[in-house]
Amino acid sequence: MTAAATVPGIGRPRLGKALPGTVWALLLLTPAFVSLASVSFYPIVNGLYLSLTNTSLITQENEFSGFSNYVQLWGDAQFWNAWWHTMWFTFASTVLETVIGLGMALILCEAFKGRGLVRAAMLVPWAMPTVVTSKMFGWLFDGQNGIINYILLHAGLIDQNVNWYGSPDTAMTTIIIADVWKTTPFMALLLLTGLQTVPNSLIEAARMDGAKGWITFWYIRLPLLMPTLLIAGLFRALDAFRVFDLVYVLTGGGPADSTETLSTLSYKVLFSTLQFGYGSAVSTAMFVTEGIIALAFCLYLIRQIRRAQ
Amino acid sequence: MKDTRSPLQTIAIYLGALLILIWSGGPFIWQFSISFQLDKALTSGSPSLIPDPFTLEHYYNAFIEKELHRYVWNSLVVSLATTFLCLFVGSLAAFALSRLNVKGRFGILMVILSVSMFPQIALVGPLYLVATNLGLLDTYTALIITYLALGLPLVTWVLFGYFETLPREIDEAARMDGVSVPGLLWHIILPMSLPSLVTTGLLAFITAWNEFLFALAFTSNIDRQTIPVGIANFTNQYYVPWGDIAAASAVVTVPLIVLVLFFQRHIIEGLTQGGIKE
Repeated sequence: MTAAATVPGIGRPRLGKALPGTVWALLLLTPAFVSLASVSFYPIVNGLYLSLTNTSLITQENEFSGFSNYVQLWGDAQFWNAWWHTMWFTFASTVLETVIGLGMALILCEAFKGRGLVRAAMLVPWAMPTVVTSKMFGWLFDGQNGIINYILLHAGLIDQNVNWYGSPDTAMTTIIIADVWKTTPFMALLLLTGLQTVPNSLIEAARMDGAKGWITFWYIRLPLLMPTLLIAGLFRALDAFRVFDLVYVLTGGGPADSTETLSTLSYKVLFSTLQFGYGSAVSTAMFVTEGIIALAFCLYLIRQIRRAQ
Repeated sequence: MKDTRSPLQTIAIYLGALLILIWSGGPFIWQFSISFQLDKALTSGSPSLIPDPFTLEHYYNAFIEKELHRYVWNSLVVSLATTFLCLFVGSLAAFALSRLNVKGRFGILMVILSVSMFPQIALVGPLYLVATNLGLLDTYTALIITYLALGLPLVTWVLFGYFETLPREIDEAARMDGVSVPGLLWHIILPMSLPSLVTTGLLAFITAWNEFLFALAFTSNIDRQTIPVGIANFTNQYYVPWGDIAAASAVVTVPLIVLVLFFQRHIIEGLTQGGIKE
C-alpha cells in the first residue's frame, strides 16, 4: 500500500479499463434518477398540466381549459380559508418548535446525570407514526374524559371542560400543540449539534471577563448558532406547510372547516369529488406558495451570512 | 464548567431535564397504560396511570375483531422491501457522488435533497392516475415504488456524508490491486459502512412504516392497507374505541421505539451529519 502510494500513476492505466469513471458514475446514478424523476418530477409536471384541464373522474372529461381552474381558485373562499390556516399553522408551529427546541438544546448542552436517557427519550415522539400521535392526542385532549382537561380542571386553570378539537375556537390550537409535541424534541437534537460546534474556549473566555450566562448566550452562542437555526427552521417550515396526517386523522379539517389546510383540502377535492383538474390547481398553488417561502428564507439566509462577513 | 454553576442553576437544569423527559415519554406511557384499562375505567372521571383492573381486552379486540396482524403484515412487507431498495439504490448513488468523478456533485445532492421537500399532496393525484392506468392500485408495488422515492433523498444524503469520511487512500489501494468500480463498492466501501447502513436502513424503514397519505390513496381494503391507514379507520359505529386504538398504537410503536433507542446514538449522528454540517 505504502509502496504504491509513493509511485502514483502506476495503477492508473488499470483503473476502469473497460469503462471510464464517468460512465460508471452515470450508470450508478441512473436508478436514483429514474426513481426520483418518475415519482417526484413527473407528477409535478403532470399536475401542472392537469391543473389546466377540466379533468374529472366522474364526468370522464379531460379537456384543456386554460386558466379557468385558477380563476375559480382565486374566488374560492374555501381555498383562502385553507391557505390562511396553513400559513398560521406553519408560522406558529415553526416558531414554537424553534424557540422551545432551542431551550431544550441549551439544557442538554450542560452536563448532568441521565443526559443519555433524556436524549434517547427525545427520539420517541419523532419515531412514532403521525397517525398514532394524532389518535393519542385525540384521547389526551378528549372533551369529556381527556387527561388534559382533568389536569387543568384540578389545577384550577379552567372552570369547565374544554372541547379542544371539537370546537372551532380551539381545534387549530390543539393541532399545533400536537405538532409541537411531536417535532420539538427532534429540533432540539439538531440544534444541540449546532451548539456543540460553538468552541467552548470562546464561552470560557467570556466568563473570565465576567460575562453572565445570558450574555454569553445572546452575544456568542446565538449568533454562531444562527445559520443552523435558520436552516433547521426552513426545513421545519417546509415540512409543517405540508401537514396532512395530523389534521386528517384528528379533525378531518373540521369542525366547520376551522382546521382545513391546503393538503387536506386538495385531498378532498381530488379523492372525494374526483375533480383532478381543480384539485391539481389547489396543489399547484400550494407548491408555488411553498416555493416562495423557501425562496424568501434563502434570500434572508444569504443576507444574514453576507452581513456576518 | 461544573464548578461555575450555582446550586440554583443546577436545580434549574435538572428540572428542565425532567420536563423534557415527561414531554417526550409521558404521553406515550399514558397511552400504553390505557391500553390495559377497561373502557369503564377510562370514562370513570378519575384517571389512573396504573391499570386496575388489568385487562388484555383491547389487544384481543385489536387482533381478533380488527385483524391488526394483517395490517402489520402489509406494513412489514412494504417497509422491508422499501428499506432494501432504498439502501441499494441510495448506496449506488451516494458512492458515485462521493467516490467517482462527477461534475457538479453538490448541485446534484441539493436537487436530490430539495425533492424531499416537494409537497406530497402535489404528487398523489398524478401518481394515482398512473397507478390506475397500470393496474397498480391495491398492490404492494405501488407503495414500494413511491416509498423508494420518498426515502431515497435522506438515505443518499446520509450515506454520502458517511462515505465522505472514509479515507481516499482505500480507493487508491484497491485500484492498484485491480479492483473494479463495483468491486470497490461491494467488497470494500459497503462492508466498512455497516453501521451507517443500519442507521439509514432504519430511517427508510420508519419513513415507510409511518407513511399515511399515499397508503390512504392507493389502497382500499385490508389486503393491502398498512398500519397507519388501519389505525386511522379504527372506529366503531357509536363511539371511538380509544382503548383498542391505544392497544394497536402500542403494538406498532413499541418495536419501533425499542429499535430507535437501541440505535439512538447512530441515528442522531447520522441525521445531524447529513442535516446540518458546518
